[in-house]
Amino acid sequence: MRHIISLLMENEAGALSRVAGLFSARGYNIESLTVAPTEDETLSRMTIVTRGSDEIIEQITKQLNKLIEVVAVMDLTDGEHIERELMLVKVRAEGDAREEMKRMADIFRGRIIDVSDHTYTIELTGAGSKLDSFLQAIDRTLILETVRTGASGIGRGNRVLKL
Amino acid sequence: MELTGAEIAIRCLQEEGVEYVFGYPGGAVLFIYDALFNQEKVKHILVRHEQAAVHAADGYARSTDKVGVALVTSGPGVTNAVTGIATAYMDSIPMVVISGQVPTSYIGEDAFQEVDTVGITRPCVKHNFLVKDVNDIAITIKKAFYLAKSGRPGPVLVDIPKDISLAKATFEYPKTVSIRSYNPAQKAEMGALKHAVQLLLEAKRPMIYTGGGVILSEAAKPLTELVRLLGFPCTSTLMGLGGYPETDKQFLGMLGMHGTLEANMAMQNCDVLLAVGARFDDRVIGNVKHFGSVPRKIIHIDIDPASISKRVQVDVPLVGDVAHVLQDLLALLHSSRQKPDAAAMAPWWKQIEEWRGRNSSSFKNSIEVIKPQFVVQKLYEITRGEAFVTSDVGQHQMWAAQYYKFDQPRRWINSGGLGTMGFGLPAAMGVQLAHPGDTVACITGEGSIQMCIQELSTCKQFRLPIKVIALNNRYLGMVRQWQEFFHGNRYAESYMDALPDFVKLAEAYGHVGIRVDKPSEVEDALKEAFARKDDLVFMDFRTDPTENVFPMVPGGKGLSDVLMAEDI
Repeated sequence: MRHIISLLMENEAGALSRVAGLFSARGYNIESLTVAPTEDETLSRMTIVTRGSDEIIEQITKQLNKLIEVVAVMDLTDGEHIERELMLVKVRAEGDAREEMKRMADIFRGRIIDVSDHTYTIELTGAGSKLDSFLQAIDRTLILETVRTGASGIGRGNRVLKL
Repeated sequence: MELTGAEIAIRCLQEEGVEYVFGYPGGAVLFIYDALFNQEKVKHILVRHEQAAVHAADGYARSTDKVGVALVTSGPGVTNAVTGIATAYMDSIPMVVISGQVPTSYIGEDAFQEVDTVGITRPCVKHNFLVKDVNDIAITIKKAFYLAKSGRPGPVLVDIPKDISLAKATFEYPKTVSIRSYNPAQKAEMGALKHAVQLLLEAKRPMIYTGGGVILSEAAKPLTELVRLLGFPCTSTLMGLGGYPETDKQFLGMLGMHGTLEANMAMQNCDVLLAVGARFDDRVIGNVKHFGSVPRKIIHIDIDPASISKRVQVDVPLVGDVAHVLQDLLALLHSSRQKPDAAAMAPWWKQIEEWRGRNSSSFKNSIEVIKPQFVVQKLYEITRGEAFVTSDVGQHQMWAAQYYKFDQPRRWINSGGLGTMGFGLPAAMGVQLAHPGDTVACITGEGSIQMCIQELSTCKQFRLPIKVIALNNRYLGMVRQWQEFFHGNRYAESYMDALPDFVKLAEAYGHVGIRVDKPSEVEDALKEAFARKDDLVFMDFRTDPTENVFPMVPGGKGLSDVLMAEDI
């Protein structure tokens, strides 16, 4: 099963490598990992998307909790949550395809954030599956470059991960 | 008054009450050695290889209840220490390793004797630090000791760049320290404790399985009280030996790959299992599926939540310090109206006695050739079971565990998790320094001893009268045994053709060497060696090269698939 694990950790050099090292040393898989400081500058928030049986996910959360610099861990998939990912796509936009690409971006609520004679750069946010759908919907031969952040997640309503 | 970083580091060790630092100097730690030179409180033990420094600190920690301390230089000093650190990590030994690092301005430039120490040691430490500001040295060392000793213990490394050890700051050692992200549990939840007591009192075929956590938590007393109060059979892992008196009749011997038949069968067939500071390791329960094929309720006491339900699903987790949890269980049992039902357990004990009657770890002695088991038996008799015994890794380690009966904790010192050959002699140095008047024996093989044999020189320098008992069978015995059983007698590289003359070698280092070839000489040789209170005596016992360790649960098999000596 796919799980989204959020964690708060001390915003210190090397903390990220402890998490990454834990996953590789114990053979857990990482689908994506995002990290950035929070409003409290001593803390970073990390979102890890991983896959595994219930037993493996339990071990992952326990092992993460065991890292000295990890302050709090929450498996977002245990409850209601929201997940968003940002993607930037640079596409060839020439001739008839230029108008068609604009329409597709609109349908997916994307924004064109950079324009040149031959290209558009489109910004899209949403669940990972929506970003996948967009890439499938456009003519693949027109894609010049894509960059994705990996998922960020947050609990719904009163579910809060805070110190 | 301002002190240098190096002086601060040494003052911190003094404040922590550190008696001994095991180490080896080098460029990046010169200021720290200078600060050591200028004081007398902390004594330095100069080893001959950094691996030995860490093993010695480890042996010191295992035989006391204190944190072992090692000091090494940057680069090769650290990489040599890594085996020792990983050994301590696998067995959860409290330790602080201080390493020198190249000056901060050189870090990342592939400077002379530079390695990424924090990166290299990360997977085998509980935590590590790179100190980038002289003002952080004291708090970092305080945290290191706190982390090493609390919760599930383990090695903590503090990497200090050379310029930081020269920079100056005012020294004040923090009295207390707290880390907001680190709060190990002490006491288990009351609901779970009550559930555990109920299961224990209703058990018809109970079993208590104990491990290294009992030793680390100083829980031998409450454990013994609990086992006796309940009247249950009890077994121990290799790491837990001595946590419950081995000569007691409720003790079934060690379990696991080379455990007794009765311990393994009782473990497999019990209806309620109380696991105490043990982690269901692969060498202990063998095949997980086979173990799970018999239904039983499992209560698991462990301070590390990640150890619970890692390999085996647990019904009642009791997360907390073993000694605390055992005290709480005892209190609940004492106040309970229900008492353990000896009559209900009688058929179970009868079954256990049948298994025990098969005498699974007996061996056939010989008058022609020295049997290694016989040497350990005689050692046990002559030292009256009171010696501190360290071992290396292999057949001799198993025979030591099987035939030396430990009635007290912290007497049996060996590398269980990592299985580090070369551990025995340097560990014995740490033990002997911690217990200067006591008898320390190192049971080893001719393979293992050569992995840290240079430490005979350290033993001479510090006059450590260790008794080295080499069970010399001319083979890497455990490798040879597996090759005999599982690789069609193809003894690939398990025979050493050119062994040194260990007697002469011991003499070259300034010690006493004794060679023993005949079974009839074993007892006298041991007596002679142990009578030499002030000398290190190296005993080279020429043992039967074909002897195997029994019983044996082959790798990947279940606990009831026991191979006995008579099966071969």
